[in-house]
This record gives sequence, C-alpha cells and structure tokens, in this order.
Amino acid sequence: MWGRLTLGAFQHDPIVYGAVASMVLIAAATLAALFYFKRWTWLWKEWITAVDPKKIGIMYMVVAVVMLLRGLADTGMLRLQQILSVGNSHGFITSDHFQQIFTAHGTMMIFFVAMGLMFGLLNLVVPLMIGSRDVAFPFMNSVSFWLYVMGAMLVNISLPVGEFAATGWLAYPPLSELAYSPGVGVDYWIWSLQIAGVGSLLSGINFITTIIKMRAPGMTLMKMPIFIWTVLGAMILVIFSFPILTATLTMLALDRTLGMHFFTSGFGGNPMMYINLIWAWGHPEVYILILPAFGVFSEVVATFSRKRLFGYTSMVWATVAITFLSFTVWLHHFFTMGAGADVNTFFGIMTMVIAIPTGVKVFNWLFTMYRGRIRLTTPMLWFLGFVVTFTIGGVTGVLMSVPSIDFQMHNSLFLVAHFHNMIIGGVVFGYFAGFTYWFPKVMGFRLNERLGKYAFWCWLIGFLAAFVPLYILGLMGATRRLDHYDASLGWQQLFIVAGIGVVIIMLGVGFQLLQIAYSVWKRHDNLDTTGDPWNGRTLEWSTASPAPFYNFAVIPVVRERDQFWADKQAGISDLKVTDYTDIILPKNTAMGFIIASFAAAVAFAMVWQMYWLVAVGLLGVIITAIIRLSDDETEYRLTAAEIAGYEARATAKRAAL
Amino acid sequence: MKTLNRILFVLAITLGVVALSIFLLHGSNIAVLNPKGIIAQKELNLLIFASLLSLVVVIPVFILTFGIVWRYREGNHRAKYTPDWDHNRLAETVWWGIPIILILILAVVTWTSSHELDPYRPLASTKPPITIQVIALDWKWLFIYPGQHIASVNFLQIPTDTPINLEITSDAPMNSLWIPQLSGQIYAMAGMTSQLHLNATEAGIYRGSSANLSGNGFSGMKFNVQASSQAEYDDWVRTAQTSSNQLTMSTYDELAKPSQDTPVTLYSVSEANLYGKVVMKYMAPANQMTDMQLPTYGSAHEPNLRQSNGVQ
Repeated sequence: MWGRLTLGAFQHDPIVYGAVASMVLIAAATLAALFYFKRWTWLWKEWITAVDPKKIGIMYMVVAVVMLLRGLADTGMLRLQQILSVGNSHGFITSDHFQQIFTAHGTMMIFFVAMGLMFGLLNLVVPLMIGSRDVAFPFMNSVSFWLYVMGAMLVNISLPVGEFAATGWLAYPPLSELAYSPGVGVDYWIWSLQIAGVGSLLSGINFITTIIKMRAPGMTLMKMPIFIWTVLGAMILVIFSFPILTATLTMLALDRTLGMHFFTSGFGGNPMMYINLIWAWGHPEVYILILPAFGVFSEVVATFSRKRLFGYTSMVWATVAITFLSFTVWLHHFFTMGAGADVNTFFGIMTMVIAIPTGVKVFNWLFTMYRGRIRLTTPMLWFLGFVVTFTIGGVTGVLMSVPSIDFQMHNSLFLVAHFHNMIIGGVVFGYFAGFTYWFPKVMGFRLNERLGKYAFWCWLIGFLAAFVPLYILGLMGATRRLDHYDASLGWQQLFIVAGIGVVIIMLGVGFQLLQIAYSVWKRHDNLDTTGDPWNGRTLEWSTASPAPFYNFAVIPVVRERDQFWADKQAGISDLKVTDYTDIILPKNTAMGFIIASFAAAVAFAMVWQMYWLVAVGLLGVIITAIIRLSDDETEYRLTAAEIAGYEARATAKRAAL
Repeated sequence: MKTLNRILFVLAITLGVVALSIFLLHGSNIAVLNPKGIIAQKELNLLIFASLLSLVVVIPVFILTFGIVWRYREGNHRAKYTPDWDHNRLAETVWWGIPIILILILAVVTWTSSHELDPYRPLASTKPPITIQVIALDWKWLFIYPGQHIASVNFLQIPTDTPINLEITSDAPMNSLWIPQLSGQIYAMAGMTSQLHLNATEAGIYRGSSANLSGNGFSGMKFNVQASSQAEYDDWVRTAQTSSNQLTMSTYDELAKPSQDTPVTLYSVSEANLYGKVVMKYMAPANQMTDMQLPTYGSAHEPNLRQSNGVQ
C-alpha cells in the first residue's frame, strides 16, 4: 500500500525537525489567516483558477520569493557549517545532511527561484509589451504554473518525508545511481524536476507562439522591443533543451527503478553520457535565465536614459548569436573528463566566442546612456551593479574557457564564485530591476525608492563580501562541497568573511520584503495614475496601471519601435480612443490546478514506489485533460459596452485621486 | 569639500580592504599562484596572460560606465542630450571588432596551450618517468607503484625533476584528482583510465584532494604529496617494499569498502596487475562480476555497499 514509505521516513535529526517545525508553523499561520479572514473563496476564484497571465505572473513571483527565502536559509547553514567545521570540530550538521542542503540549494535556486522569477516576469510583461490581451494558450499557462508549484512542493515535502538527494544539484552518476544512493533523495530530485521541467517546456511553447502570433498589428520582428527578442531566444532554448532534461531524467529513473544500465558504471552503462546530456540542457539553461535579464536591462537603460536604445540591430543579432552559440559550448563544464586537446579546444573557443556578442550588448547599453538624461532610480542601480559584477564574472568565465586554466579552476570555489557572479550579478539583479520597473504596471503603485536602494547596496556589498573570498579560496585549492577541512590551511577566516557577506545579502532581502510591505501600506503616496510612471517607451505603458484584465481596451497599432514614446512626442493620447469592440477572453478554470495535482501525486508515488497511486494519478491527468478538451465553453465575450463601463469607472477613479 | 570627503571615503575603504586582505591571507598558501611543478607553472603563466588580456576590455568598460553615468546624470544640463541618436557604424564596428581580435588571440593561445598542456601528453625529460596507478576508493586514494611493487593509501611520494605518469581510475563514484601546486586536475572514473602527467620542480609537501563530490566521506579524500630528492624517494620505496602489509586482491577488497579518514598506509604489492583487474571488472560480463564481489548495480532489493542515508 505505502510502497517504500515507512514511519522511518519521518525520523530525522533535531536540526531537520527544527526546519520542519518552522515550515509547519508558516503553513499553519497561512491557513489560519485564510480561515480568519474568510479568504478561501477569494483564493480559489481569483487566484488558483486564474488564467490571466498577470495573476499567474504574480503567483510565480510569490512562490519564487518564498523559495528564495528557503534557498537563502540553506546558504546560511552551509556557510555556518564551513565556518565551524575545521580541524577537530565537525560543525553542527552531518556530511549527509550538508550534502542534501547544497543539493537542495542549487535545485531550489535554479529551478524554483530563477525560473520562477523569469516566468513570472514573462507573464506580467510579454503580453502587455507586444500589445496583446493574453498569451496564446491561457489554460496551458495555468497548467505550466501549477506544475512548477507542485515541483517546488515536492522538494519541500522531501524535508519532512524522507530525504533529498545528496549528490549535488545535477546528480552526476554513478553517485546518483542506486548502488551509491539507495535512498529516496535522488528520486525526489528526479520527479520534482520532471514535473517542473514539463511545465517549463509548455511555457516555452506558449511564449514562442504568443510572440510569433499575437503581436499588435504593425509590430514586425524588427520593431519588437529587445526584451521580446531576448524572451524569444530564451524560449527557443527552452523548447530545444528541456526535452533533453526530461529524457535524461527518465533514463536515470529507469536505472533506479527498473534496474536498467544507462548510466551505471558496469554492464555497459556510461556515466559520461549523462554528464554530456545534462549539460546539453544545463548550458542553454544558463542562457534561458540570462537572456531575459539582458532584455530587462535594454528596456530599463533606454527608459531611464530617456533615449532610444543604441544599436538595436546589433542587439538583435547579438541575441540571436548567443541563442545559437549557447548550444555549442556544453563540454566546457567538463574539460577535466579527458576528451582530448582537440575537443577541449573547440569547446573552449566556442565559449570565448560568446563573450563577443555579450560584450557588444554591454557597449550598446553604455552608449544608450551616452548623451542621455540618466535618472539613477533603483532599476538603474541594479543595472550598474550588474555591469560591475557581470564584467568580473565574464572575465573569470573567459579564463575558465581556456581548458588548461580550467584544469586548475574546475570544481573549486573559484568556479562556484564565477557562476554565482553570473547568476546573482546577471540574472537576479536583472529580474530585480525588472520587478521594480514593472511593479507599478501590475500593482498600480510604485515601490519605495529609498528602501529599494538600501536593498541594492546590501546585495552589492554582500555579494562582493560573499564571493571575492570564494575566488581566493578556489585559488588556494579549496574545492566546492567541502563540509570539513584542516585548520592549518588558513581557509577559515575567508569562510567567515563569506559568511558575513551572506548575512549582508540576507539584510538586503529583508529590505526588499520591507520595501514591498511598506509600499503596499503607503501605496496612496506612490500611486501611478497615469499608467506611465517612468516616462516609458513601449506599449505596456500606454495602458492604465494596474493594467485591466483585458490589458488594452483598444489594441494599439504599431508603426515604429518605441511606438508609445513616439506617440507622446507627437502629442497623441490614446485615452481619447473610444471605438471599443467585443473581445473574447478565457474563463477561469480549475483544470490546470487539478491536472498538476494529479501529476504531483504521480511524482510522489514514483518516489515511494506506490504503484497504485501512480496509476490513479496518471488516470486523473488523462481524464481531466479529456474533460477539459471536450469543454466548448472555455471562453466568454466581453462586450464593447462592458469595456466602456470598465474604462469609464477607471477614469473616474483616477480623477478622484 | 563634499568631493574631498567622498574621495577620502573611497580611499579609506580601499585601504581597509587592502589591510583586511593582508591580514586574512597572511601566511596562507595560495596554491594555484604558488606552483611547484612544470605544468602548474605553465598553467599559471596562461592564467596571468589571459587575465591581462581581459583587462583590455574591463578597464574601458569600468571607466566608460562611471564616466558616462556621471557626465550624463539627470541634473547635469550642460551635457549634450540626443534622444534619437541610436546608431553609429564606426562605434559599433569598434566594439564588435576589438573583442573579435582579442578572442582570436586567445583562441590561438588556447589551441597551442591545450595541446602543449594536454594532461595525457607525456613530459619530456632525460630521466625515465615513474608510472603510478591511482584508484579512487570510497573515501581514500590508493596509489600503486607497479614498477616498485608498492602501494600507499592517501600519500604520494615522488622524486623531484622526474616525470610522473599517473594512470587514474575509480572503484567508486567519479572523483577528480587535483594537486594544484603540481598540475591541474583530471576525473577518475570507473572502468576506464584517465591520465595526468606532472613533474615537481621543488622538494616539499603539496596538498592533493578530490575535486568531485563522491558521497559521504568526500571531504576526507585528501592526501599529501611529498616531493623529495631521488635518494629520499628510494629510501621510502624500500621502506614500503618491506612493509608487512600485503596488497592482494582480498586485502584490496577489504580496503575498497567505504571508510572515512583512512590513515596513511604503505603496502608491498605481490598481486600482478591489480590496477588492470580493478579497471576491467566493470568491463566483465554479469556472471563474472558477481564473482568479484561488485556492488549489485541496479537491484533495489539486495544489500548495497553503502548504507542508506536516512531512509530505508
């Protein structure tokens, strides 16, 4: 009945119990609040069943931020252990627990924080920016989101029920094979990524179709904002790379559950094949995350410099080049596997080549600012922080792209510092800039600038304090994933500095949470009544803030890049347009949530080998999908009169403020 | 006055960071920057060259960024404002061109260095090389000297100025053998041999470790390399040869069982081609594999070499 699940799965050491207790407490408090404020119907009708991409975007953001807090707590534990566990002391957590924590940290941060922030931002911005009312497949969007949530939940369930993988975030075999990891940890890892990965693939299809098919009339490809170009590149990478992840995870699952030998050491299995495959997904994944961040900066820099983006065509080609090249470099993650000088040289040079279009982007941003009027708002600070950190990260990346240098850097803390340089300094700073920039469009009021700036400085200084010591430690020969080292090495003081850096970053996150809370509280001081708080350039600023659920009362017509800016220059106000027509919008549906819930049941049952539940879950997915696909009543008509009513009320409300 | 204060502030911070760095790094060994082997030295030279080359881009980017932000800040109305100026062929050619030239230079260097410093390439020397076979075990390193009929656990002794040919495999999950002061690293994988060639130029004790996560005892997979004169090395070999510990297939199987923080042990080796047998056992057909007491791959119900971590 229960498969491998026994009471033993609930037994842990005291530290895990502590973490579980805090998780239970937060969940209980949330549930209590929902009961107390009688918000269940609201939650169900307004959110869980929502198909409006703006609402799905907000939910992505909320989940990603919660996961960020967990990933950050993991970081605190890792660094504390590395500070304490020196010489005769062995710290406060066991090796196995330490290894589970860093595996969870990496998995969380990439799949459920970075990906969550990215898809959140895409949902919020892409339809508005291309002058569309929705994404191409609103229901599939809901399925994607709930699969992502269920994947994240599964990782969190592994904390109280069982264990998580202790193999590192990419679970290299043979370590991740049954012979060396017989517990359920790797299975949790496989199945949470399996369902989240399918969600990402569906989102990729969704956004590509949206961008190709649903742009406002007149918006040709070369009139698309650069953000849309970068999203298009990223989503192309998603649909090419995520199937590789799915297939690779499936093969590893077959090894583990059915005793096959794709990646085992013996019986003709080949772990090197796994390492190739996982990076054939993993390297494009890096660019899936960073490309939209580049896009955000392109919009932010142009807006806050009050100037057209410099070198648009260069930017487009640089984006296309990066998209293509990111599929030709995966081997640089394992120069040390002994592929030979010719192969290593090829992949090393391809890696360096990516630095060219990336460098071009940086220069184009700098020359967008040149002869502009630069406002140093929080998004611009994130941009400047990005230029500094990303340049350092780019240099260390180019260093490691030379195979002979990489032999001395690989798997050391130098490498760890490098990729955090790219992910924090590039991806995270980019999404924070975008979050601050588009926040008023979604919520109707701006975020507090002062607290935002405090958060930025904490992040920047904390980042340098946390990772510069890691670069040095790497050069000292400190490898990653060490839970203990000898006192004589002189590493401890550097780990302490890195730990202080983590605390400063945590302070930055605290300021961000405070910033959101304070801005909601004082929202009347920061209201955006114009719909255009930053003097923006692209279509999303032409509609009201918060954007109505139908995005645009009248679909804008595009004749040039930065159409909205051009309209403002010409003194055209879109508010005068009142020739509304009926529009068709998707109805809310619970089917996405239900399908993902069944998928989560399948995943959980696969982990614990409860095969009856696998069957029930699969049947549930199929039957729900059939019911949904047989439903002809998935859309409704919003009449011109209703739109006029909404618009009039919104105008009146704005006038009253 | 305000500007002076700012400059002083930045200066104070810079000095503080420098002082802190000196305090933190005083007396520590920055291994990669302190090479004691031919290969590690060349790798460092390459690192310095590539870093300097990068500065050609980094320094202008930093200067431009802060110069432009300062000059074209919102409050500065004297600065030129051209809201529609959005392309310049010459400028764009420059910043496509310069990185392309730099990367071309680096590509040529990469080609030559990757071949010259290929870890599989034997090092030229007038002295005959010493072959050492390395097996990564759970969680210790076994070094076998086939020519000397000795072996050691978690300790490597080599003579200076002598080419060392390391043949590396694993009888455990993948590991990576890294002795930063002597050379870069290479993976150790079951059922196959990877190679590393190095040559210590100076006597001393150098730290080596595994750079790739291999499970519970991973942090303890470290060892010292003692590079010494030929005479001291010969003495050490003789000591090992007279060791009462015999490494045979059966003592090997005992040693191969998971253990942590294994102390340095010397063995005399009578078993012929132990290393080859360890590599080949992953190649053997299934019926022979069980004879050799391999972990039972792929069977969930049989006991595993390792204990389950937590749940079972």
